[in-house]
Amino acid sequence: MDLSSSRRNFLKAVTALGAAGLPPADADAPPPASASAPAAGSGTALMHPAHHGAHRGAVPGEAEAFQCLTGPEAAFVEAAIGVLIPADELGPGAREAGVATFIDRQLAGAFGTAARTYRLGPWPEGTPEQGFQSRLTPREIYRAGIAESDAYCRTHYGRGFDALEALQREEVLKGLEAGSIALESVAAPLFFSLLLANTQEGFFADPMYGGNRDKAGWRLAGFPGVAAAYVDEIGKHNVPYRVEPVSIGDVQQGRAPVDAHGHALHTRLDKRS
Amino acid sequence: MTATRLKPVDVVTVGVGVSGTILGKELTDAGLQVVGLERGAPRDTHPDFDMPGIHDELKYSRRFELMQDLSRETLSFRNAPGETALPMRQLGSFLPGEGVGGAGVHWNGQTWRFLPWDFETRSRSIARYGKDALAADCTSQDWGVSYADLEAHYDRFEQVYGIGGRAGNLHGEIRPGGNPFEGPRSRDYPNPPMQDSYATALFAQASTALGYHSFPMPSANMTRGYTNPYGQTLGPCVYCGYCERFGCEMGAKASPQTAVLPALLASPRYQLRTRANVLRVNLDSQRKRAVSVSYVDARGREFEQPAEIVLLTSYVFGNVRHLLLAGIGRPYDPVANQGVVGRNYAYQCISGVTAFFEDKAFNPFMGAGALGQVVDEFNGDNFDHSGLGFVGGGFIACSSTGTRPIESHPVPPGTPRWGGAWKKAVAHYSGRSLGIVAHGAVQSYRTNYLDIDPTYRDACGLPLLRMTFDFHDNERRMSEYLTARAEAIARALAPSAVSAAARSGRYSIVPYQSTHNTGGAVMGADPATSAVNPYLQSWDVPNVFVVGASAFPQNAGYNPTGTVGALSYRVADAIRERYLQRPGPIAG
Ligand SMILES: Cc1cc2nc3c(=O)[nH]c(=O)nc-3n(C[C@H](O)[C@H](O)[C@H](O)COP(=O)(O)OP(=O)(O)OC[C@H]3O[C@@H](n4cnc5c(N)ncnc54)[C@H](O)[C@@H]3O)c2cc1C
Repeated sequence: MDLSSSRRNFLKAVTALGAAGLPPADADAPPPASASAPAAGSGTALMHPAHHGAHRGAVPGEAEAFQCLTGPEAAFVEAAIGVLIPADELGPGAREAGVATFIDRQLAGAFGTAARTYRLGPWPEGTPEQGFQSRLTPREIYRAGIAESDAYCRTHYGRGFDALEALQREEVLKGLEAGSIALESVAAPLFFSLLLANTQEGFFADPMYGGNRDKAGWRLAGFPGVAAAYVDEIGKHNVPYRVEPVSIGDVQQGRAPVDAHGHALHTRLDKRS
Repeated sequence: MTATRLKPVDVVTVGVGVSGTILGKELTDAGLQVVGLERGAPRDTHPDFDMPGIHDELKYSRRFELMQDLSRETLSFRNAPGETALPMRQLGSFLPGEGVGGAGVHWNGQTWRFLPWDFETRSRSIARYGKDALAADCTSQDWGVSYADLEAHYDRFEQVYGIGGRAGNLHGEIRPGGNPFEGPRSRDYPNPPMQDSYATALFAQASTALGYHSFPMPSANMTRGYTNPYGQTLGPCVYCGYCERFGCEMGAKASPQTAVLPALLASPRYQLRTRANVLRVNLDSQRKRAVSVSYVDARGREFEQPAEIVLLTSYVFGNVRHLLLAGIGRPYDPVANQGVVGRNYAYQCISGVTAFFEDKAFNPFMGAGALGQVVDEFNGDNFDHSGLGFVGGGFIACSSTGTRPIESHPVPPGTPRWGGAWKKAVAHYSGRSLGIVAHGAVQSYRTNYLDIDPTYRDACGLPLLRMTFDFHDNERRMSEYLTARAEAIARALAPSAVSAAARSGRYSIVPYQSTHNTGGAVMGADPATSAVNPYLQSWDVPNVFVVGASAFPQNAGYNPTGTVGALSYRVADAIRERYLQRPGPIAG
């Protein structure tokens, strides 16, 4: 499938729903607390659907603007995830699948600020068996880990990570993974394992989180996404079940048909039934 | 802060999960006024587990939406008494529940009875293998109840939770297709077993060819529409594969929500209070009687709820922590090997084998939490341990619980962890592998225990519970032995590659293993070695009952909840039929 055209269709569908499906805004609603906050733009649109909604056109890429990563950080992440899950003859890699957007969104939200992590001290390093003990939030780990890895690259290669040759990037990532590259603020293997875990999450999580674009990860793994009722399929032994994957958004926004309980009615890609 | 004193009630349950809801139901049925205090939020099949949002791997499986919020409360951990315990800052090895239904919302539904041997681990090991059968520092012991004492309670739980399975031993008669090692049952399961997946069918064939008795995993995923003794109707499971760590959109997984709560909430004698975090159990001046529990509500107000009976149903960790904070029972001292509260904390020793194939299609995303085939030849004392250097064992099973690609993308040994080769292996082997698990027991030891952490505190300012735990040689040898048996079954399927890893080295709190934490307030016939009597009643404060896997003196080679359910019914019967007649210690 042509990736960019499916992306456009997706945006069109979202926009159409935005115009038609939003409830009328409450005229007495108070204005957003901070008029200068980035959210103010969308808040205004919501409050005046007549002015903006009906004629609003999709701005391609708007939803992918980075909330959290700085320019250099985004460049580092894009370069790193392209090594961790590269594009190849099997299909898009993490970069093409929007995993940088995914990571940015995660770092901007509850995960990035360690909302559900126990965060009281003291903070000795502990043993590996005692698990995560960093004082830093995931967002801070990225911030420090990227800056310090980049500094390492400048010292050793004379260039930042995103400007390295492919083999050099791999070398640096291996060094971080093994801890043979030492970082100042965070253990390199911790930074690396967070980056790897988030990259795989972004590649395989529901596309609504910003990654897994065009369900590239699900297609690779043959994963159907939102499940069908498999009660009549589970007993068909050794028969591959290959379907067009269905996302949560596909169901919520009416792009994918469902049964009475809300399970997806999958479109089969293999010829068997 | 001044607490508002509330109107006294007959019973308060601290926690509203599997055990708390059963006890609430049984005791309101007995005419008592019951208040259920639950620290987490209310939640129900609809709308909380509705399609399509519940099929979200990132939210539920990776970010643990339904589980305990560690920013408010956690525990600290170390491997050995000499080390400094550090807080469990992120969830990993186990996933305690939070919110109505507890971990019963996001469990799998594999529902077991323990073996008769499990209840007499110490005496029967010594009788068969001699006085040195257990290691010198092993504190495993008999339960003070027998399988026969619990049979009717197991049966009751299976009826209420609608378990599907095939009896292997009906009234002492061994039945084909069931587990020939199980204790005698008074009747069959209320529902038939689950359908087999391709993986479980292959496992059954291979293990049968090796001479084992493969049988279907007992399942709380409904195998047909079912109405239980409380009048609750559960829908049939559709094998969508989103069980473990998820709520069930079909109401097809037995849970507090589907099997008990609607009937319980209909009772005028029951009151559920959510976002009510219990801070402590308050005792009278003689410290012989619990008078009330104190809790803080969503708005930070503190309340005191007086009650005639206090039921700790707050999972293993909550139960033990409340006993320690209230000073109910003597805390365990591992040096002197005296005291009881916190003693005999144990866990599960699970290992896995993965078999890779070139020409098979398993569709592993299909399944159900308790869809599996099992062999029990190497559990408990079902095999001769002479010369093996360990006691106990575990079941060996192939399950199709339903997999999703973030958590599960198995690749053959030797595959790099990332990069192009990794990606190719993921593409090729997704759907071409099956897993076999060895679900081993853990014995109890002097150096494995729970107490109060000296340093770390929760969001309410109360000290955290501290866990000191490691696997011992008994478990490592057992894991070697079980994993080798599991690997032999896998190899019999002629796979192109196999990865097998027995548990070795130290216990780590990082990778998920199981939410099968046990002990710390163990039951027994001797108050010197148990915190609660054979009715789960505190020896020291008889109007406090401590219900859950906290009562297991050591862990068996099965998942715990069948036995947690059975013990809950045992407590309900004991309160209704004995305690209410004569409040005070329930004798033998
Ligand atoms: C992913 C997963 C899969 C599982 N699969 C299986 C399986 O297949 N088979 C099996 O046998 N078992 C399984 N289990 C274990 C099973 O869920 C538990 O054994 C069972 O829920 C224990 O019941 P309980 O009543 O002791 O605790 P819970 O059901 O967890 O209930 C305890 C409740 O107490 C509340 N609480 C705690 N402290 C306080 C406080 N201070 N104040 C107020 N409330 C409090 C908690 O919020 C919670 O709601 C699984 C668990 C998990 C997490």
